Amino acid sequence: MSWTWISTNGALIWQLTREQIYIGVLPPLIGLVISLPLGVLAVRWRWFYPPTLTAVNVIYAIPALALFTALIPALGLSDTNVIVALTAYSLCIIVPNVVAGLRGVPAAARQAATAMGYGPLRRLVTVELPLAVPVIMGGLRVAMVSSISLASIGQLIGVSSLGYLFIDGEQRAFPTEIYVGLILIIAIALACDLILVGVRRALTPWVARL
Amino acid sequence: MLTRRAATGGIAAVAAVALAAVAACSSSSSSSSSSSPAASASSSSSSSNPLSQGGASGTVVVGSANFPENELLAEIYIQALQAKGIKVTPKLNIGSREVYYPQIQKGTISIIPEYNGTLLTVAVDPTSTAKTTTEVDAALAAKLPSTLEVLNPASATDSDSVTVTAATAAKDHLKSIADLKPYAASMVFGGPPEFKTRSDGLAGLKTNYGLTFKGFDPLDESGPITLAALTDGKVQAADVFTTTPQIISDKLVTLADPKFNFAAQNVIPLVYKPAMNSTITSTLNAVSAKLTTAALLQMDAAVILQHANYSTVAAGFLKAQGLS
Amino acid sequence: MSFFTYAWDWVTQSANWHGSGSIPQQILAQLGYSALPLLIAAVIGIPAGVAIGHTGRGAVLVVNLANGWRAIPTLGLLVLLVVYLGFSILTWLLPLVVLAIPPILVNAYEGVAGVDPGVRDAAKGAGMTSWQQVTRVEVPIALPLILVGLRTSAIFVVATATLAAYIGLGGLGRFIVDGLDSYQYGPVAGGALLVVILAVLVLAFFAGLSRLVVPAGLRKQGKTE
Repeated sequence: MSWTWISTNGALIWQLTREQIYIGVLPPLIGLVISLPLGVLAVRWRWFYPPTLTAVNVIYAIPALALFTALIPALGLSDTNVIVALTAYSLCIIVPNVVAGLRGVPAAARQAATAMGYGPLRRLVTVELPLAVPVIMGGLRVAMVSSISLASIGQLIGVSSLGYLFIDGEQRAFPTEIYVGLILIIAIALACDLILVGVRRALTPWVARL
Repeated sequence: MLTRRAATGGIAAVAAVALAAVAACSSSSSSSSSSSPAASASSSSSSSNPLSQGGASGTVVVGSANFPENELLAEIYIQALQAKGIKVTPKLNIGSREVYYPQIQKGTISIIPEYNGTLLTVAVDPTSTAKTTTEVDAALAAKLPSTLEVLNPASATDSDSVTVTAATAAKDHLKSIADLKPYAASMVFGGPPEFKTRSDGLAGLKTNYGLTFKGFDPLDESGPITLAALTDGKVQAADVFTTTPQIISDKLVTLADPKFNFAAQNVIPLVYKPAMNSTITSTLNAVSAKLTTAALLQMDAAVILQHANYSTVAAGFLKAQGLS
Repeated sequence: MSFFTYAWDWVTQSANWHGSGSIPQQILAQLGYSALPLLIAAVIGIPAGVAIGHTGRGAVLVVNLANGWRAIPTLGLLVLLVVYLGFSILTWLLPLVVLAIPPILVNAYEGVAGVDPGVRDAAKGAGMTSWQQVTRVEVPIALPLILVGLRTSAIFVVATATLAAYIGLGGLGRFIVDGLDSYQYGPVAGGALLVVILAVLVLAFFAGLSRLVVPAGLRKQGKTE
């Protein structure tokens, strides 16, 4: 492990870290915003869910590099390319969780809301979604961690991230770079996971602390 | 009370994540390169107005392929240009030629270090029979798309090769590629995946030297995998690029190529014409004038074997040559 | 030409189905590179997960594993092994096994740990030994989740096996890498399409397997959502 390299490349490491965070954290958040309406639709119209689920499973099976390459004609070698692909993967994880979460809302709670005069939209936003938060959040956590980790593959189409340390480290047979990349990506992913756990606890104060 | 505290905690947590994302994206330099090709092309052409010669103009994007020597060369170009007051946006480690070549044609990248021979036969004219530096450069000048041109070639070359271990060379008395003829059928050849289909790859070795190998192993671009496969005996001959420092440290033998199967491969800047001005081109030509194979090999050894920083080695070269 | 046109044109060329490095050869290679790590991961992960679920010891490890494993970048592990081991089958096997174990282990654990305590008590009350409890009661009940874990790992491994080509091995990734390096979109698109089809087939395989292996009563239970 070359500590000299680490100390003389602080600026590079910091820049790559910022880039990893940018292209890793944004997709699951965008994915969440898209998944919520999609999931609600899938619950409302039962016929919509099986094809959605199949589409989602198929997209998730596409290797990241293949998806990035397929998007080059449309989106070029840009951050947008990687972000769009990672958002698609995030959808694959979060949509099933939105559906499962909403379906898991106890019928009694829904009926109580209707009895209190809530219309369907108000019931969705103030009763069903909050109760579905733990399950949805579970999906968001998985999507977040996967996205941050997968973002490094963007380096193979020149979208800069900590993945650069893997490529360069391999070509120069320089393990220090690879270790730094591994440790930082894992640390960022776990830190974001912890933040999301905190958010979930904050949003669901009625759930017993596990 | 629990609810209020939890709510504040929740808001704080969400704000933290949002702030991190915003801070990351606002200071991310890569966000500047996500503009559409059309936009960047027009902005570069307006800033390279022939009337504004000699001064710094707009920003040029210097790209590199995804291997150490190319990143080193790009770093040299970048620092040389910055020393002349030109604003440079680096876009390093883009990937292989297939990925960056369309981008420089459109002008998303302005400058990239290239090798004239492979540029010609892979991206520009696969049927070309040009062999020497002069022939290759002339063919490039004639056949490159109108938005692109190459500047002056450096004397430094980094060529594909047929390389064997010292032991193999001694055992079979190998000095030139032609000497392989009796042995090729029992040898497996290792090289970059594209070697299989390129005109100067397996096909060229067959046409020019009558070699048919037992098999071909697609490995990497003269990197650790190829070198390990060669030294471990998994392949008996390999395409090791001629400035790979391990040729010296692993005592490998590069066979001579008397029939010019591999065309001249001088280091040469490939540029997007509308983004150029006389300061940029003269700066890059000055760099090429001082770039020799020996200097390149020495720099490669520093970054690959000693893991020195690309920017440090580039700076050292420019300073020694009086170009910074 | 769209991605699909490129892919279709290339896949339907009969030349690509013959000779060395042909499509069938690489499909077999992809399956081989996937099956071996999956098998090893299952042999390690299922017993470990079942044991932890049955005894309750080490559950903390599992919870952390469940969150942590997806954080590990595959590419990073792979290149690290390349640097240390060079061109060897272990370079491929070690990272893939490490990454395939967590879904299998975590799901096996959750399957066994989630067995109704009443059922567990009944088994104990009926005089079953620990071994009998596990094999006759807990594992059969946990089977749906164990299969989910295997399926998750299988999809991950089959898709990741594309990266094997970067370290000089074969598989469908060979078409993607070679195509990228020789300026041909056909193999890139075709290779990617074939991987997707393979993954879908793997999904179907596990759906069928679950139908065969999971007792009908449990399957019905699983269906009520």
